Amino acid sequence: MPKGMLIIDKERCKGCGLCIVACSHPVLAFSGELNRSGYNVVHMERPEACVGCGFCALTCPDVAIEVYRARVPA
Amino acid sequence: MPVSTEKMVKVFGRPGSLTEARFTYCPGCHHGILTRIIAQTIDELGIVERTVGVAPVGCAVFAYLWYRCDVIQASHGRASAVATGVKRANPNLIVFAYQGDGDFASIGTAESIHAANRGENITVIFVNNQVYGMTGGEMAPTSLVGQKTTTTPDGRDPALFGYPIRFSEMIAQLDAPVYVTRQALYDTKRIMDATKAIKKAFTNQLEGKGYSLVEVLATCPTNWRMKPTEANKHVAEVVTKVFPLGDLIDRG
Repeated sequence: MPKGMLIIDKERCKGCGLCIVACSHPVLAFSGELNRSGYNVVHMERPEACVGCGFCALTCPDVAIEVYRARVPA
Repeated sequence: MPVSTEKMVKVFGRPGSLTEARFTYCPGCHHGILTRIIAQTIDELGIVERTVGVAPVGCAVFAYLWYRCDVIQASHGRASAVATGVKRANPNLIVFAYQGDGDFASIGTAESIHAANRGENITVIFVNNQVYGMTGGEMAPTSLVGQKTTTTPDGRDPALFGYPIRFSEMIAQLDAPVYVTRQALYDTKRIMDATKAIKKAFTNQLEGKGYSLVEVLATCPTNWRMKPTEANKHVAEVVTKVFPLGDLIDRG
């Protein structure tokens, strides 16, 4: 199971690509899919590499990303 | 792709102080990051019920749509003056003014300086993107020497238009302000630093210390005619040379 998971709100995404640069693993890429506003939205190209660091969400100017992290076993 | 977050913990989400409305900013604009940081700070301090924002004229004019706290939309440049009035009428409120460079450092120069000089107990967020964004990319007082804008198509010529104004340095000369700092948002480290600075500026007000100013170097990819990633690089490599980052005064 991956350490992290993102939920990207496609309708909020404006395809600026800042999250792609912020991610160092790299997980994100443009999907080629257009949302209702016509923006090329970002998706998780390699979801297995996500560690849930949240850098993408910090950088997202449209607050389109929610970050989840795997529970650490007690 | 099926998404399952069943066995996971949410570590980052939309701050509760933000409404569900989508921002009207252009793709890659730093205003959005800053709007989110302020909302997160309001959440962390638990002050949404008694916070009043004062929005400028500029791209952030719709701030009242995005925050769950009260927001007043001031006349161009007068956000610091309106914030002064709100704070003096009800000192129990937490008042922040959110102003761009055209608003704060040009048309509102008098109001901005005198609010700082009186040491009003308010928090001012000053977004410096070196251009008039909303009206179509005209030269701002903070535009860099040689910067091409719609009113300086050959680049800003200091002989004709003067030099970029370092407004925070001017405010830092005064005796009254308690905290004046310049931050940026071009990478995650700067975003985290800016978040800390904004929290400090709000905390100063909560503790009754006085005037705090956080200048934030932001991008305007649309009017700079750059990709968002190029604009970030431009701030890191060019803009910070003219507007150095860091705390100017901290008497908190």
